This record gives sequence, C-alpha cells and structure tokens, in this order.
Amino acid sequence: MAPILTTHDLAQAYPTKHGLVEAVRGIDMTVENGEILGFLGPNGAGKTTTLRMLTTLLAPTRGSATVAGHDLATEPRAVRQKIGYVAQSSGLDPQERVRSELVLQGRLYRLSRTEAEARAEELAADLDLTDLLDRKCSELSGGQRRRLDIAMALTHRPALLFLDEPTTGLDPGSRADLWELVRRIRQQEGTTIFLTTHYLDEADALADRLVIIDHGEIVAEGTPTALKEQYGGSPDASLQDTFIAITGHGPRREENAPIAV
Amino acid sequence: MPTVLADSRLIFARYARQTLRSRISLIFGLMQPMLFLGLFGPLLEDVPLGREGDSWQILVPGLLIQLGLFSAAFAGIGILIEKQLGIVERMRVTPVSRTALLLGRVLRDVAMLLVQSLVLVLAGVAFGLRAPVLGVLIGFVFVAVLALSLASLSYAFAMRVRTAQEFAPVINSINLPAMLLSGILLPMALAPTWLDVVSHFVPFRYLVEGVRAAFVGDYGDSSLALGALASVLLAAFSLTLGTRLFRTAGA
Ligand SMILES: Nc1ncnc2c1ncn2[C@@H]1O[C@H](COP(=O)(O)OP(=O)(O)OP(=O)(O)O)[C@@H](O)[C@H]1O
Ligand SMILES: [Mg+2]
Repeated sequence: MAPILTTHDLAQAYPTKHGLVEAVRGIDMTVENGEILGFLGPNGAGKTTTLRMLTTLLAPTRGSATVAGHDLATEPRAVRQKIGYVAQSSGLDPQERVRSELVLQGRLYRLSRTEAEARAEELAADLDLTDLLDRKCSELSGGQRRRLDIAMALTHRPALLFLDEPTTGLDPGSRADLWELVRRIRQQEGTTIFLTTHYLDEADALADRLVIIDHGEIVAEGTPTALKEQYGGSPDASLQDTFIAITGHGPRREENAPIAV
Repeated sequence: MPTVLADSRLIFARYARQTLRSRISLIFGLMQPMLFLGLFGPLLEDVPLGREGDSWQILVPGLLIQLGLFSAAFAGIGILIEKQLGIVERMRVTPVSRTALLLGRVLRDVAMLLVQSLVLVLAGVAFGLRAPVLGVLIGFVFVAVLALSLASLSYAFAMRVRTAQEFAPVINSINLPAMLLSGILLPMALAPTWLDVVSHFVPFRYLVEGVRAAFVGDYGDSSLALGALASVLLAAFSLTLGTRLFRTAGA
C-alpha cells in the first residue's frame, strides 16, 4: 500500500520585521498507512508549522506533499475531507455548547442535520462526553476540552489524524486515557496518527516510529528502539538520553523540569 | 455555488444565534446614532440646510449611513478574537467553503444592522421624522449594501493583523474622515467649494445623498441613481477584494 503521506523538500519561511524566519527548511518524509508517527523536536523546531502546511492551513513556500492520496497544492479540498486536525491550541468557542460545536462540525463536513446530530451523540458516547453535551465549552476541564477537540476532528472518520501536543497540560491520568483513546482510534478505524509531543515517555509508549526535527530539519528517524540503539548507545538507553544525543539538548530548550521516561 | 450558499447559511445561523444571545451588542451599536438623534437632531429643526426636505429627513439618512459605516467597519474585531482562540483554523481545516466563512458572518452583520436601522427610523418617527415607506425601504437597501461591502473588507483586514491594537487605529483613521467628508450630519451643500470637491471622492457621500433623496420621495432624482451606482461599485470592489484576501489569508 502506498504511504498515506509523503513530502518532498517541504519548506516554510515566515516573513517578519526582522527578515525571514526559516521555520521549516525542506523536509522529506513518509508516513505509512495505519502507523502512529511521533513527530518530536524542541520548542520552535518547526513541528506546528509543518502540521499547518500538511493540513492546508499554510501554503508551503517551497516543496510539495501528497496527503491521503491528494496533492496538497492542487487538491486542498480533497485533502481536508480526509484529514482531521487537533491544533496545539484548541479551537472551541467558549460560549458555545458542546453539542452545538459537534453538530456544526458535522454540518461543515456535509452531513445532514439529522446525521450530524446522530454523529454528535455517537462521538460523545465514544469519547465519554455524553454528560457534557449541554455544557458550555468554557465550563470544561482541560482533559474534557482535549477529548472534545479530538471528537470534532473525528467527525468525518478521517484516514489521517494530526494531533499537535494533544496531552500538554493534562494530568497523568488524563494523559493515560488519551493514549488509550489514540490506540483505540487506530485499532477500530485504522486511522493513521501523526502526533507531536514533548513527552518522551508518550512517544515511547505510543509511537511506532519517530521523526525528530530540529531547526526546521529532520535530524533522525526510526523506531524508538532503533534510535536508542543508534544514538543512545544501546536499545535499553532512555529516549531522553537519545534525544539529547540527537539534538544536543532536552525536548524543551532551557528546560529543567523533569521529564518522565 | 450551491455549497457556498448552504455553507453560508450554516455560518450565518451560528453567528446570528450568538448575536441574539448577547443582545447588548445590538443596543450598544445604536447608542451613538440615538444620541445624535436625540441631542443633535433638535438643534437642526429650524436651521436652513440648503436642500430639499425637513431636518429629520436629512439627519436620519445620515445617521443610518453612519451606523452602517461604524458597525460594519469594526466587524473584523470579532474574527480577531476567534482567530486567537483557534476557531478560525479549526473551521478552515474542514471542507467548508472559505468564501462562506466570510459571507455567513457578513450576512449576520447585515441582518443585525437592518434591525438596528429599523429601530433608529422608528425613533426618528417619534421625534418628528415623516418619510414614505418606499423611500425608507430604499434607504435600508443602501445601508445593507454598505454593510456588506465594509464588513467584507473589515474581516479580510482582520485576518491579516494579529491584535485589536493594530486593527482599531487603522479603522478609526479611515472612518472618521470618511464620515465627516460624506456630509453625514449636515449636507455638503453647506460646505465651502474645496470641501465639497474633496467630498466627491468619498463614495459614502453618494450613498448619503441617495438615501436623503429617497426619504423625501424623490425617486427620479439623479442623486438616487448616483447613490445606487456608488453602492454597486463599492460592493463589487469590496466583495472581490475582501473574499480574495480572506480566502488566501493564513489563519
Ligand atoms: N506566524 C509566524 N510568524 C513568524 N514566525 C513564526 C510564526 N509561527 C512560528 N514562527 C517561528 O517559526 C519557528 C517554528 O515554530 P513552530 O511553531 O513550528 O515550532 P514548534 O516546533 O511547533 O514549537 P513548540 O514545541 O514550541 O510548539 C519558530 O522559530 C517560531 O518562532
Ligand atoms: Mg508547536
């Protein structure tokens, strides 16, 4: 089966007052159908920028990509129909109710009103949001909000789901729940998952393969075990040490908070 | 094309519901024109204003255009907040028509403005305005087209800036001179020649004059035709530019 995502020399340079910021400097990568890919890199490495390009939100300044069988530049609508995206900052309207956000999302994915209402119930049941359907989004906890973000991105059963730091700010219990959810989505729907994270334990536990980006360039890729072997010295090395060996620093620059491994 | 309309309806419904929930915004926008009506209007009652019609038939059309000018030009503020919350990106990543994301919002603004216009005219009647119903309806059409145009530009501009601090000063520095130069409070017939000449370059002037002609029932007047022409040109220009900028803006 052809890979679900390939990029060729994909690049982004933001024009700013102080000149061009080369956020992504020409990356070539492949994501296989059905895998969970962990996309790691320190703050400012270019992860979100890459995701925004791959989700049609930002036109690349150079290069090309095929996403879910469609060319990113020429068939953005077809790409949007097949992907789901949970952004780093959630996109919920605080004044709207959970149900109305889910129903609108269904309608934007071209479901009829009845279909969208049924899908909202179904997703809520699946993601443990049923009791919250009539709450305002401003009244949700961080973990609940994240589950709603994911529910919205699953509305149309996308073949490829992008998650940008889905567990940042969650307590350990909610994080573990979210890992379970991600595994379940892949298992039940065969969804390919492209996720970024700063938690190396998360990458280790969840990802089949890792791609590590730093300063806008891919600096390493492989299975967690292969990377540990190659850069950490042994397959039992910690991913933390491996990451530092690759990027020269921890997953967050100037970070001294402990990172569980 | 039908998907643009269907999508616009969805977006319109969402934002119309939000507006109905926060009725304050409806009332707030009316504050300024109502104050002009109540505290400035009576001053004009016996002043010769240099054109056909009594003072209310001259002032109320001006206030209608002023209301449209200000509320539509600031419409973009709403999307700035949504952009910061990530709501805009979340919608743009779905297959929804991007033009509809603009149009649905703009139509909500137009609807809101028409309700406000109706309230303003009724208040005017209470103060002594007498105008033919057809003329008033024509006035509403002008106001609607004005709002459609300016709100489109406002949203498109808001997509290109980051903060309200960047947004508001630009809008203010365009709106205030535009308002003064279009003879909104007093007709430009009273102006010295240089001011009158300058004001001919401001499209809103033609709209104000057109609505004034409609309010006195002078449907054959050339200023009504000119106003209609100015409206059409303004709308064509603004919608073309607005939708293009809005569609291509990185959220
Ligand atoms: N809109 C923008 N305009 C200018 N520069 C930007 C913009 N967005 C991001 N950048 C810059 O591009 C680089 C990459 O940013 P990006 O958000 O992609 O990093 P990231 O890997 O997602 O980081 P984090 O882990 O902190 O989320 C950074 O140097 C950032 O400052
Ligand atoms: Mg990021």
